[in-house]
Amino acid sequence: MDVDALRLSFTLAALTTAALLVIGLPVAAWLATSRWRWKPFVEAIVGLPLVLPPTVLGFYLLVAMGPMSPFGRAWISAFGRPLAFSFEGLLIASIVYSLPFAVQPFAAALSAVDPRLVEASHTLGVSRLATFFRVSLPVAAPGVVAGAVLTFAHTLGEFGVVLMVGGNIRGETRTLSIAIFDAVEQLDYATASRTALFLLALSFAVLVVTYSLRRRPVLG
Amino acid sequence: MKGGISIDVRRSFPGGARIHATFEERLAPGGVLVLFGPSGSGKTTLLRALAGLDRPDAGSIAFEGEPWFDSAAGIFVPPQRRRAGFLFQDFALFPHLSAGGNVAFGLGHLGRTERSERVTETARLLRIEHLLGRRPAGLSGGERQRVAVARALAPRPRLLLLDEPLSALDAPTREELRGELRALLHHLGIPSILVTHDRVEALALGDRMAVLVDGAVRQTGPVDRVFSAPVDEVVARVVGTENVVPVRVVGKEGGLVVAEAGPARFLAVDPGDLPRAAFACVRAEEVILERAPGAPTSARNHLAGVVASLVHEGPLVRVTVDCGVRLVALVTRAGAEQLGLAVGLPVAALVKAQAVRLVPRG
Repeated sequence: MDVDALRLSFTLAALTTAALLVIGLPVAAWLATSRWRWKPFVEAIVGLPLVLPPTVLGFYLLVAMGPMSPFGRAWISAFGRPLAFSFEGLLIASIVYSLPFAVQPFAAALSAVDPRLVEASHTLGVSRLATFFRVSLPVAAPGVVAGAVLTFAHTLGEFGVVLMVGGNIRGETRTLSIAIFDAVEQLDYATASRTALFLLALSFAVLVVTYSLRRRPVLG
Repeated sequence: MKGGISIDVRRSFPGGARIHATFEERLAPGGVLVLFGPSGSGKTTLLRALAGLDRPDAGSIAFEGEPWFDSAAGIFVPPQRRRAGFLFQDFALFPHLSAGGNVAFGLGHLGRTERSERVTETARLLRIEHLLGRRPAGLSGGERQRVAVARALAPRPRLLLLDEPLSALDAPTREELRGELRALLHHLGIPSILVTHDRVEALALGDRMAVLVDGAVRQTGPVDRVFSAPVDEVVARVVGTENVVPVRVVGKEGGLVVAEAGPARFLAVDPGDLPRAAFACVRAEEVILERAPGAPTSARNHLAGVVASLVHEGPLVRVTVDCGVRLVALVTRAGAEQLGLAVGLPVAALVKAQAVRLVPRG
């Protein structure tokens, strides 16, 4: 098995999950409580990666990161190297692609928190932000953990977006799924099968963990 | 209004329900104001507006002369800064924290030692010291209620708001905790406002009462007076019990409780654990009138008096009899004619002991 690809995939998945905890939780908290009339548009944008072919998403991301786009140019002038076909570009693409896998379970878990608990906290003098960390998040913890685990697993196995945005550069953008594709191209079925089996076993284990978390009654 | 609460709240709901409640009340420390009304009358919305959990469409709320809400001036004080303790109907304890963690929740502004002292002190007041390490899921309904009260009281609120505090409990626990809660509320140094649709709860816990019907306050006054002298037919229908007589429990006789109100004497079934001061509640339709002492009846209460007033209500006549205390009887028109009832006529009011409900008085 390609050890570089394995390390890269895990690093990418871990950083994507961490980033989505930071970005996804506020978005999910907003979705869980907002009554804004245009909320369905925000929900649709978050959910798009679920239905869009990865190549379409990858294509737009590639264009956005390319030196022809203002964002791509700004990146080059700031960091001195292009975003496309780099690990940073891959990370950004992963975050966008895995957004619904994090935000949807987070939002579901947060909207299941009894609003009376939040109100009780407010009447006890605790601010909205502190209430989120002291009440909403701990009560929704099983759902948040499930969302994080799903995000991690999903990032580990993604292919289309990675290929479009990252290409296949060893140690920089070649992930496990790309390594499998690569091995098959070279008719190295033994390596492909080892890597595939590893991903299969890992995905299965992740789902078992996720479903057992979900079945657990809310703490207490 | 200084030393009290003044409310003028307007709120409409998508379903078409409307609230326009206006009242002012002086609130004494340890005093309990009951917001009484049928379900859907807006009493919980009003309580939530007081807590700052619900923002009215328009109007104003002021507590102790301090504006909490004023739509014209654009003032809305958030719940965090009102220092009003709130007891939720289902208690809303934090499931991920122990009972002690729940009680300490609103004490983040205190130092570590002061916080644990406050928790111990509040736990002692509510007699929950032995429960502090337990999670809410492992507590009985009554224990949860006490923990919730302790949590609300620990940060030393200026006002305590209670939403149907006994309704989530089973009947025996409710009976037991009612007396306990009454004693607690009356010994707190702060006023309480309590929402209920239960007559016994209102009488047992309240000093003063505001009756809400269809989102409007119809009557305010001392609890027993509102029950026994409703200002209009709507309030009369909502409060239901026409006779609420303050009595003193003086003893027992043949397994029944003897309670006196001036010259009148009532025998009632013992509800258990009665203090000396109580209310005797009798519904007007349970009072039978007779002209002169005749053949013995099974009714244990015979009160002699004179007819003070007669009001015709369709096929029924509402008769007020002055027996030292005033009793209202609801009799049929035919029955009234047969007795030849007229103002000033001496009659006897008969009430079965089971029809006299004794409720502890604050």
